[in-house]
Amino acid sequence: MKPRQQRMLAVGLAAVGVLLATGLTLRAFQENMMFFVEISDVVQGKVPDERNFRVGGVVVDGSVTREPGELEVEFTLTDLENELVVTYDGILPDLFREGQGIIAHGRMGDGGKFIADEVLAKHDENYMPPEVAESLAKHTAAKEATIVADKKEQ
Amino acid sequence: MIPEVGHFALILALSLAICQGVLPLLGAYRNDVAMMAVARPAAVGQFVFVAISFICLAWSFLDSDFSVLYVANHSQLALPAIYKISAVWGAHEGSMLLWILLLAAWTVAVSRYSSALPDTFSSRVIGVLGLLSCGFLLFTLLTSNPFERLIPAPPDGADLNPLLQDPGLAIHPPILYAGYVGFAVAFAFAIAAMLSGNLDRAWARWTRPWTTWAWLFLTVGIALGSWWAYYELGWGGWWFWDPVENASFMPWLAGTALIHSLAVTEKRGLFKSWTLLLAISAFSLSLLGTFLVRSGILISVHSFATDPERGMFILGFLGLTIGGALALFAWRAPSLDSSAGFRALSRETFLLLNNVLLVIATTLILIGTLAPLVVEVIDGGKISVGPPWFEIALAIPLLPLVLLIGVGMHTAWRSQAFKPLVAQLKLPAIVAIAAGIIVPTFVYGRFGLLLVIGTTAGFWILLVSLIQPMRSWRRKPGTPAITRGALGMSVAHFGVGMFAIGVSIVSAFNVEADVSLRPGEQVSVGGYEFELRGLRNVDGPNYQAVEGEIEIRKNGEFVAKLRPQKRTYIIQKNPMTEAGILVSWNRDLFVALGDPLGNDAWSVRLQYKPMIRFIWLGAFVMAFGGIIAASDRRYRLYANAKRPLIKTSEAPA
Repeated sequence: MKPRQQRMLAVGLAAVGVLLATGLTLRAFQENMMFFVEISDVVQGKVPDERNFRVGGVVVDGSVTREPGELEVEFTLTDLENELVVTYDGILPDLFREGQGIIAHGRMGDGGKFIADEVLAKHDENYMPPEVAESLAKHTAAKEATIVADKKEQ
Repeated sequence: MIPEVGHFALILALSLAICQGVLPLLGAYRNDVAMMAVARPAAVGQFVFVAISFICLAWSFLDSDFSVLYVANHSQLALPAIYKISAVWGAHEGSMLLWILLLAAWTVAVSRYSSALPDTFSSRVIGVLGLLSCGFLLFTLLTSNPFERLIPAPPDGADLNPLLQDPGLAIHPPILYAGYVGFAVAFAFAIAAMLSGNLDRAWARWTRPWTTWAWLFLTVGIALGSWWAYYELGWGGWWFWDPVENASFMPWLAGTALIHSLAVTEKRGLFKSWTLLLAISAFSLSLLGTFLVRSGILISVHSFATDPERGMFILGFLGLTIGGALALFAWRAPSLDSSAGFRALSRETFLLLNNVLLVIATTLILIGTLAPLVVEVIDGGKISVGPPWFEIALAIPLLPLVLLIGVGMHTAWRSQAFKPLVAQLKLPAIVAIAAGIIVPTFVYGRFGLLLVIGTTAGFWILLVSLIQPMRSWRRKPGTPAITRGALGMSVAHFGVGMFAIGVSIVSAFNVEADVSLRPGEQVSVGGYEFELRGLRNVDGPNYQAVEGEIEIRKNGEFVAKLRPQKRTYIIQKNPMTEAGILVSWNRDLFVALGDPLGNDAWSVRLQYKPMIRFIWLGAFVMAFGGIIAASDRRYRLYANAKRPLIKTSEAPA
């Protein structure tokens, strides 16, 4: 092959690769992007249709319940303003515990419960997932603002 | 006292790194022999002082000197001595020190084995490595000093993260970092070539063994990390597409492309600017990996350090290094082009395809890794990219790649006739397709298109990798044997085949079950019966544990007893799952304890993982192929030339 043809071949192959990559990226990306939705938005029904998403919050003290001997577990997550009941049929991660910030991945089921297919807790007990920390800060502020407003009205 | 010695040694190392970074480069520019002669002694001196600093930190750990903040945060009196040493690189500050130590060690190796290089060239290489070292030393001294004091000292430390108290993770970071840092050598060679404006086949021949060594360290490092995650994170996955894993995988892909592109540059003098670009990319991706991991920018189980100041420093350093290298590339690369030609059916074409496919894979993973950051910056909400995307993004370029390897490695340089190639590869192709269909369908009992393509590709490479070694073994007396280079290639590709088979089989036939078990109860998973016999309490040196006894039977016959543990570390209070794993060449049985569920029942995870060992074994075989190839005679001739080009620069080995 002459250098010119050689270069054309290289450019052609690269172009095909880039096109393939772009098409694939756009399609597969949309399918596999998982959104993080705040609990307050979930409670108001603002959730992506027909697809899984992630929620995060603090596990409410005393909310973890299960039938004795059964794997399936139910617990409540809060962003300090609203609460969401989550059910999960599997083994909880080592660092899952009440009062801990966690992330759950799944979808909404009947009766307003979130059906998780994956529960993530961080490996450092002091560490709060950034999404959860941000969501908590926002809703704590919102709650305080409404309390102040209520007091003013009174 | 000891920590201060370590701190001062680090400052002295920085002074020497500045000398090493500035004087030889200036000397090479002005052709000043005296200035260039600084390169080797400065490199050795820098290594000595970094080593002193490293030993001081290790000493502080062994001595449990909790007046050092880093030691207090990551050690404890009862911590076993071996983990006191591995705790040195168990968190941010110490792992930066390890990074610098390894960079200094690579630099010393380069100065030792580069006496046959032209003086201006080796000075430039060592100079560039010195500048990189300056950056990391400054970063450590200014933002992450491991010797910071904590007064008053606490009576006991906060203990090492229990996840890191494991032999696999004790050796994983040094080897992984040796790989990351090793690409700095290829990078320095590329910069030196561009500065001198001279890139010939000899350049590629010098660069190749260094790149191969860096690549094989990275291969082993990644495999060890995956293996550790499999048994220590507790849940039996071997790859999670965590950003930190991607951070090590992207330089690996770019480095693999670089190795193959270098082969073309060495043999045929082609792909020169492409090779330079890959050398820059491989190291840039290593730096990017460091940035992603160390700046705490990502949401990840691995990101232990979180500090914006550090992030800004690394980002600046990253911009300077990559930007500078690319600017130099834009300026110099056009003058390096070559005019040799090759035919469509030739080794060159296949290596070009290899490079294109590997670069596509790297780009797709980069997109998936950075997308959450980009979306967040442009205020598009919080997203994460799931493993399915990475799996597709990798399978599409890499499956054709794996199939093409087998043809490419038997194709001649410059031009290959079609018929002899077909004649040679017909039989292995038929056998591979047959095995690819029979093994999944009849041994494991299921047919699937992607599964069959995957296993066929695996068997195909296994078979064709044997052709050249077999031919050499059965050759007529007097004819030349296979070169180490070609043998290394065959062995490494054999490893790729093992890996492909392992991944295909385990992802299709892995059985996983979370169950609730009471003592005496049993459950059947993947053709094996698992019975929970009982539970008891066990005490370790710095933890307490509940240990389950699980008996495994197949068709009623005893196979093994496994003892998985649920540990609670006394100081950190973190529970930890220690899985029980029964290893065999063709399958793992994996048992992990969950939590007590009430009524004496425990949640237990049971898994059957066929062929999973082939994944790590394949990676080790690839790395072993790298060792064979890097020890080829033609590289040794260069490395061992005892021809000191400057009399004053005899560096001690």
